Amino acid sequence: MSTITQAVQPSQGHPALPSVVLRSWKAAIALSIFAVAALFIFIGLRQGAPGAVSTFQLSQSRDIIQLPDLVLPTFATTLVCAILLVAMAAWSVWITARSARVPLWLIVAFAVVFMVGFLTWAAAGSTIPVPGLFVGTVTLSVPLIFGALGGVISERAGVVNVAIEGQLLAGAFSSAVVASITGNPYLGLVAAAIAGVLVSFVLAAFSIKYLVDQVIVGVVLNVLVIGLTSFFFSQLLSPNAALLNTPDRFPRINIPLLSEIPILGPALFRQTFIVYFMYVAVAVVYFGLFHTKWGLRLRSVGEHPKAADTVGINVNGTRFWNVSLAGAIVGFGGAFFTLGSVGAFNKEMTAGLGFIALAAVIFGQWDPLKATLAALLFGFASNLQNVLSIIGSPVPSEFMLMLPYVVTIFAVAGLVGRSRPPAADGKPYIK
Amino acid sequence: MSEDTQRPAAPAEPADAVTTPDAHTEPAANPGAPKPAEGDSDRWSQTLRDIVGGSAAISVLAVFLALVVGAILIAFTDENVQKASVYLFARPADMFAAVWDSVSGAYSALFQGSIYNFRRPGFAAGIRPLTETLTFATPLIAAGLGVGLAFRVGMFNIGGRGQMLIAAASAGWVAFALDLPAGIHLIVAVLAGLVGGALWGGIVGLLKARTGAHEVIVTIMLNFVALYLVSYLLRTPGLLQEPGSSNPQTPPMKPTAVFPDLLGPTYNLHAGFLTVVAATIFVWWLLSRSNLGFQFRAVGENPNAAQVAGINVKSVYVSAMLISGGLVGLAGINQVLGTVTTGFGAGIDANIGFDAITVALLGRSRPWGIFFAGVLFGAFKAGGFSMQAAEGVPIDIVLVVQSLIVLFIAAPPLVRAIFRLPTPGTKSKSRLNVTKEVAAR
Repeated sequence: MSTITQAVQPSQGHPALPSVVLRSWKAAIALSIFAVAALFIFIGLRQGAPGAVSTFQLSQSRDIIQLPDLVLPTFATTLVCAILLVAMAAWSVWITARSARVPLWLIVAFAVVFMVGFLTWAAAGSTIPVPGLFVGTVTLSVPLIFGALGGVISERAGVVNVAIEGQLLAGAFSSAVVASITGNPYLGLVAAAIAGVLVSFVLAAFSIKYLVDQVIVGVVLNVLVIGLTSFFFSQLLSPNAALLNTPDRFPRINIPLLSEIPILGPALFRQTFIVYFMYVAVAVVYFGLFHTKWGLRLRSVGEHPKAADTVGINVNGTRFWNVSLAGAIVGFGGAFFTLGSVGAFNKEMTAGLGFIALAAVIFGQWDPLKATLAALLFGFASNLQNVLSIIGSPVPSEFMLMLPYVVTIFAVAGLVGRSRPPAADGKPYIK
Repeated sequence: MSEDTQRPAAPAEPADAVTTPDAHTEPAANPGAPKPAEGDSDRWSQTLRDIVGGSAAISVLAVFLALVVGAILIAFTDENVQKASVYLFARPADMFAAVWDSVSGAYSALFQGSIYNFRRPGFAAGIRPLTETLTFATPLIAAGLGVGLAFRVGMFNIGGRGQMLIAAASAGWVAFALDLPAGIHLIVAVLAGLVGGALWGGIVGLLKARTGAHEVIVTIMLNFVALYLVSYLLRTPGLLQEPGSSNPQTPPMKPTAVFPDLLGPTYNLHAGFLTVVAATIFVWWLLSRSNLGFQFRAVGENPNAAQVAGINVKSVYVSAMLISGGLVGLAGINQVLGTVTTGFGAGIDANIGFDAITVALLGRSRPWGIFFAGVLFGAFKAGGFSMQAAEGVPIDIVLVVQSLIVLFIAAPPLVRAIFRLPTPGTKSKSRLNVTKEVAAR
């Protein structure tokens, strides 16, 4: 719309055109739907006895700083939340009607209030361990975040990376084997990176040298890696499990002081080496992409390769090595499956998480920080289901499991809208 | 496979660019536009070069290469080969014999499990594997057609799993819960499944058209939503669960709603195969003969240009995803009304939704290409099971071979380089120079 108003020059003597107002009702509609849903769930499907309370456990038993449990009356709290949600939805409608954008903080606040209300509702008469909720969130998000970072780098350089799943699986496989043989999980981590790079080499070679459609290569690579790892698992790993598939896991390292921060400390600072490594990776990728020469070049070959070529950047070389780097990063995420959580490789153990990471890349609008947040959101959602199934959730567990995906659809449709990939994403560069 | 692949030098038709790697590769591999042949002998050698270096040959060589890689993997991981390799230098013949045994054993089991079994007496028993192949191919083709159709519109439908599950649940419910006369029952069940799959796919198209939501995210998310929805229905009495059972499984389909056997009760091949043939013809007609198909291809080629040309891009997205979802749904219908008629669980999709992507890629999103790619992959599936049973080679090797085939076919220059084939459309240098000299005089 801005192009229209700019094109009209006042000096040309045209009467001023009425400015075209771009009103997006999507956010307001999405919030309204959720507010109505909240009213229905919180009041219509009221949980617990009239005097029921919901308990939020804020500290674990081994914490130094012990916070008392937070006890909320279930119905009153959910009622307040529902009223707040309706008010915020109404406000967003009013904002939109006045042709302004619904601010992001309002959406975030809406989500937080909805979550608090929902947890209170679901925990009627029982206890939700809040630190445990966050610990699980970080743990489940690790491979997603590594995958999303790799996806962001690769796609910012102009190569669509659908092969995240394959890179994760290759990383998981090789880290299990190498860590089992050498008895050293750090070598396993290196092996995972190398495996990710190898998958990336194929992706890069086929998409850059042979100009094959990048989505095709990615999909096929996933199948190839699933086939190869499953084949080797059945033929070699299962018969020789003691030698090849019993990797040492990373030990848990508690960071002094920081790990004693109430509520968030255990989640963030009582983790394994690979999680701390992830924090560094997120920071480095973000800083590198937007504040270094490397990042500028990477983004330039993904946005406008011809311009980059004109100023002397080797487009295909830059793409090749950055796709390889992306493979290494995703490979680290794969190592988390075997060295961080499960402790042994299994067939197709990534279970489609690579595709969730891809969704996080798109949801996060190709920005490393936003993609990380999106990955955390997915991790939170799947962990929430675990926690609620333990305390006995009032809704069928399948609907709880479904919730994160439904919310994502709403978020993508209502809040993110048309996400804009890097301009030359997926397009091979031919001089 | 399709007519244009036979003549790679001809300008690729517009829709190629979306999914056909050839369209991308030709400009690079062949910078000088091919000139019309100057003489008879030239034309003949040109034809010969096209056949040797062209797509048909590339496809055959790609299959061959993939089988070679598969053979290496089988031999490398075989126990007898490993034992023989210890004393390789003392008795190399043992090693080669072991390699030959493992590879030939595996591939002959693959062949006998998928095409013709020579160990069975008589043609009727020997040909049974081929009918198994077609049975396995049936849902692959249907889902491949759906995915390929979406590709042609420039959309990536990874939602095969969800669409199949919803279609299977709808068709299955009609098939076991309703009492209708034979024939009508089957038709109603099939229609219910088609509608289910189409709606599940249509959500994606609608969201993309209305809000710009990326179809990759939405299809992935809807896969999970469908999985959990169907899981819930399957374990809830009165919905899809078999009465009196605690398993998350449906009761058997009523015989009136089951696809009849095509070749009698000794074979598993059912009439679902005919629906898939019909679907292939329908997609061919839709894409190459109908107005809507023209719009599909135009949008797939360049949505902006299509918009300017007056095509309603948004409604094309919706209708394309409706049809795509319906076709993928047909795969689910075939599963529950043809292959697994004794009641199904949440694993009824059998990963066909994802396999279909490779089928569509191998078939280059052309209806008949997908049909034959589906038959090929069906053969691998049927043969893979007998290979696993007879020779102990894990069926996962089939995935490796399948994906390698698609990779090699997608990159003709690589295959040409491996086999040192000429690039079609170019002439050998010496000949070119001679013609130039002649022309200069």
